[in-house]
Amino acid sequence: MKPAIQINGVHKSFGGLQALKGVDLTIAQGEFFALLGPNGAGKSTLISILAGLIKPSAGNISVMGFDVVNQYQQARQLLGIVPQELVFDPFFNVREMLRFQAGYFGRGPENDAWVDEILEGLGLADKAHVNMRKLSGGMKRRALIAQALAHKPPVIVLDEPTAGVDVELRQMMWEFIKKLNREGHTIVLTTHYLEEAETLCSRVGMMKQGEIVALDSTANLLNKFAGKQLRLTLGNVSLPANIQALLRNQENGIYTFALSDMTQIELVLSSLRAAEIKVLDMQLNEADLEDVFMSLVGVSSVSKS
Amino acid sequence: MINNSYLSSFRGPWTLLKKELLRFWRVAFQTVAAPVITALLYLLIFSHALESHVHVYDGVPYTSFLVPGLIMMSVLQNAFANSSSSLIQSKVMGNLVFVLLTPLTHLQFFIAFLFAAIIRGLVVGLGIYLVAMWFVDIHVTNFWMVFAFALLGSALLGTFGIIAGIWADRFDQMAAFQNFIIMPLSFLSGVFYSIHSLPPFWQKLSQLNPFFYMIDGFRYGFFGKGDVSPLISLSIVGASFLVLAMITLKMLKSGYKLRA
Repeated sequence: MKPAIQINGVHKSFGGLQALKGVDLTIAQGEFFALLGPNGAGKSTLISILAGLIKPSAGNISVMGFDVVNQYQQARQLLGIVPQELVFDPFFNVREMLRFQAGYFGRGPENDAWVDEILEGLGLADKAHVNMRKLSGGMKRRALIAQALAHKPPVIVLDEPTAGVDVELRQMMWEFIKKLNREGHTIVLTTHYLEEAETLCSRVGMMKQGEIVALDSTANLLNKFAGKQLRLTLGNVSLPANIQALLRNQENGIYTFALSDMTQIELVLSSLRAAEIKVLDMQLNEADLEDVFMSLVGVSSVSKS
Repeated sequence: MINNSYLSSFRGPWTLLKKELLRFWRVAFQTVAAPVITALLYLLIFSHALESHVHVYDGVPYTSFLVPGLIMMSVLQNAFANSSSSLIQSKVMGNLVFVLLTPLTHLQFFIAFLFAAIIRGLVVGLGIYLVAMWFVDIHVTNFWMVFAFALLGSALLGTFGIIAGIWADRFDQMAAFQNFIIMPLSFLSGVFYSIHSLPPFWQKLSQLNPFFYMIDGFRYGFFGKGDVSPLISLSIVGASFLVLAMITLKMLKSGYKLRA
């Protein structure tokens, strides 16, 4: 089976700025994949190349085996992209836009049942005859997603789909996207909300300054990079040298250690005991993607802001 | 699967054309009625002021002379306005991305925008004709000539509008196109006068203006006479269209300003 998306050595420079420095990535059919990274990491540039909106300086991308530059017609036919910006056409209502969008891809009245299904699934059914201009921000976002799905693409890419979207809509949207994924659609999303990626996606790629710095299943990433977090309240002490490497953070006498497995707890505690440092309080936390993100990318995401 | 059928490959550009037609038809008051009214106001004022002062062709009253020129000027201006304003609006609004994400080829994109511009131009022209014929004694003597010039002229300006729409990034740049290129060329093309009434230098200069040939040829279809041979005009207009169409297709194919 051809991969849903195959990215080979993609470079992109804008003038002197190197936005992408050789990205390789394969996403299999049926995956629910998250592409994470801070602003300016190159996620949107990569997606724009995939969409054919930007040309790569080097390298190539294919969608189910079709090159996005040389076989763009076949590639785009298989691809549904939800753009990041909240754009809309003020001349038409929601249903008209969806029909047009399907029509551009060669789909006619036989597609209407699918359009109804999208409208229903995204909670737009009662807005079908409302002009795009008159929709609220959240509704416009739904319409934008609906437009990307109008031609029933097997590969769906959502670029920051939940930015500025309320919780209720987010849940509704993800239910619908999860349903599409179960039915076999490949889903790729970029997001700032790491907990979304953690709950939805089976595999995660993290980007930093135009490169992929981590690529693994969500579970492996969580294990590998920050299996557990040990928070110890020790007061103002100097730590024994042998456990300095595990230290991730130190604030007001609270020391946070990242542990890759449970045996390290014993190491930390015995070292402290040997140095006659008293543990005033102790907490053991499961790591989340935020921690992985922090340790890899070195900046906090905006998910908590 | 329907995807690969002949029908579906035709449906893509047809959908884009339909969308472009609906776009102006939804606001027909502004895109059709307004230019018709403007042209009739020109007709009313100029014919009132100049009817007894200006002599153009023997046996052709000035008011009758004026009508084809005004029709053609409106056809050209509206064909240009249709493609250029649609493109600049969707660029500024950002919704052009919906078309750029589709499998439509650059040729299909061009054809859809071109035909929408032609149809807008022809609808406005027909509107002016239908209203003016009640007030002014005017007859088409050579329908095919009228049709050929209206078609080629609106195609030429529709294409020029696509170029302007792709090139301009802001509304003020588009307004500059309108005010500094389209307006002077259309007003100095012989809509309101025969160029034979001009001093030799200005006659020569007018002959460099492509709008002159479109208006003169179109007018020939009404009166059977013009300032130059209609075949020369037709060749110039046709050749200009082909050149601009080629430039436009090249721009679209390279993704100039549309795909970075």
